[in-house]
Amino acid sequence: MAEAQNSTVGSSTTAGSIAVAAESTVATRMSAPPSFDVADFPVPHGREEEWRFTPLERLRGLHDGTAVATGVGVKVAIDTPEGVTVETVGRDDARLGKAGTPVDRVAAQAYSAFEQAGVITVPKETVLTEPIRVAVHGEGGVAYGHQVVELGAFAEAVVVIDHTGDAVLAANVDYVLGDGAKLTVVSVQDWDDKAVHVGQHNALIGRDATFKSFVVTFGGDLVRLHPRVAYAGPGGEAELFGLYFTDAGQHQEHRLLVDHNAPHCKSNVAYKGALQGDGAHAVWIGDVLIEATAEGTDTYEMNRNLVLTDGARVDSVPNLEIETGEIVGAGHASATGRFDDEQLFYLMARGIPADEARRLVVRGFFAELVQQIRVADIQERLLARIDEELEASV
Amino acid sequence: MATLEIHDLHVTVEADNATKEILKGVDLTVKQGETHAIMGPNGSGKSTLAYSLAGHPKYTITSGTVTLDGEDVLEMSVDERARAGLFLAMQYPVEVPGVSVSNFLRTSATAIRGEAPKLRTWVKEVKGAMERLNMDPAFAERNVNEGFSGGEKKRHEILQLELLKPKIAILDETDSGLDVDALRVVSEGVNRVRESGEVGTLLITHYTRILRYIKPDHVHVFANGRIAESGGAELADQLEAEGYDKYVKGGASA
Repeated sequence: MAEAQNSTVGSSTTAGSIAVAAESTVATRMSAPPSFDVADFPVPHGREEEWRFTPLERLRGLHDGTAVATGVGVKVAIDTPEGVTVETVGRDDARLGKAGTPVDRVAAQAYSAFEQAGVITVPKETVLTEPIRVAVHGEGGVAYGHQVVELGAFAEAVVVIDHTGDAVLAANVDYVLGDGAKLTVVSVQDWDDKAVHVGQHNALIGRDATFKSFVVTFGGDLVRLHPRVAYAGPGGEAELFGLYFTDAGQHQEHRLLVDHNAPHCKSNVAYKGALQGDGAHAVWIGDVLIEATAEGTDTYEMNRNLVLTDGARVDSVPNLEIETGEIVGAGHASATGRFDDEQLFYLMARGIPADEARRLVVRGFFAELVQQIRVADIQERLLARIDEELEASV
Repeated sequence: MATLEIHDLHVTVEADNATKEILKGVDLTVKQGETHAIMGPNGSGKSTLAYSLAGHPKYTITSGTVTLDGEDVLEMSVDERARAGLFLAMQYPVEVPGVSVSNFLRTSATAIRGEAPKLRTWVKEVKGAMERLNMDPAFAERNVNEGFSGGEKKRHEILQLELLKPKIAILDETDSGLDVDALRVVSEGVNRVRESGEVGTLLITHYTRILRYIKPDHVHVFANGRIAESGGAELADQLEAEGYDKYVKGGASA
């Protein structure tokens, strides 16, 4: 056992462990094994490892079967460049559920409850120059959904999934990457204040394929996402980036798993969050599992949080589990820092007004991630949203 | 000519649920082009004077006045004081996560000068100033004060002094924790700014060592929250030989 590189400031917890074990604790500490059937999961009571940070009462019944889908829960509009196939399919379509199995009750509820699923296919060797855009707009109701994005061998695409409006939504997304495919996904959670959004994002990365994901969470009353990655062959690469800005009263939870189940694969996880206001709560769980077969793995995961005001709370828990010593590298880091009065004084003593000082710190904090999002309009919107969040706080 | 005038300044601080008076009537005038050394034992209130002038919220001004060219400094917010021409080189500069030195310097210079410096000349200006302070160019990409050594923090403070060109520079124990080489580099930086003749310098120090590099025009002994004695450079020599004993005892019996 080794301690993670941690620092704890103010009202935050950060824990970390590196375990070298024959049996996966990442899998066994869940209260039930993965399943597509909601009946295989007991209704959570809140003390389970995977639910202990989540305020169940704010899930609006997604966790206990009482949330019933309404007529118009969300409206989905898909805009694609030429060469892409968009289908709406029934529950029995063989392409559903290939990238991963639900790991908690709400993800299983989503899988058990959706009536139709969306399948977006980019044929093999098709290289898109424009992004595929999926606009999910909440219409105030309850909805369950499933979306598949499948790239054939050597296809290249950027997908933007943009969540706005108000809804109670449980929806899973599967990303299936053929050999040598390159997929960049930007999932933006820019919900209205009351929205609840829970989902599992599974990526199955083909041989020598590259998966890059940005998960950007600003809005919602409660957002809880499981970005997960596994490999279908050797040589795959995953980069998982995340950005969240958690305001007063918001609960934003990102629970990641990278399952290194094939040799010579890479993964890099970097999530950054800023928090402000009473009751702002961010949770980051970063699990990396290096299975016995995954020789030559190279992995790093990092979570940084910036607490801007009193009353906000961060729980950051990286876990690295290693079943083979034959790896290139494995590491993790988690740190939570505060922007405090002394920092504000320092910047102001150099002539910088208070609001600009705060903006400087937060923009700087997020800059390295924002710069990597190469979709210009999304990048601009993120920066504008960061500024809006900051203005709301002053 | 810029003039900082401090008159009968009284300052309190809240500590352990009690209000404690730290400054007990400070009178001092610093003019552009002059260098004043303020020397005194630990706990005499030297740093409180520095931070009170910069407007740190921890300190409460209970009476007295501070003006810069007749403008009421005490009415100004911290950033307004800096833009008016006050600069405080801090003894313990804080880390600012997420903000690179280059971004910080440019934002600061933009605020102080009232317009963004032209990029090409600015890059040259920063590079030159960093070279003169023996700073690695890679320094510019690090986060402000994050992981800096004691010497790097002080060089960074003097770098800002050189770039921001204040009217009045307050250097709070800039010499503390520096080895001789770093002290020399930092002192040379201060001297370059002084040689412009456009800055009034208030050099706060516990030790006489830095005065071998930076020659003061006036030396003030600070004890018990006020200036106990003022003189020329020769006063520093006397302190070097005799220490602060007589001022501390005098303060205790007062």
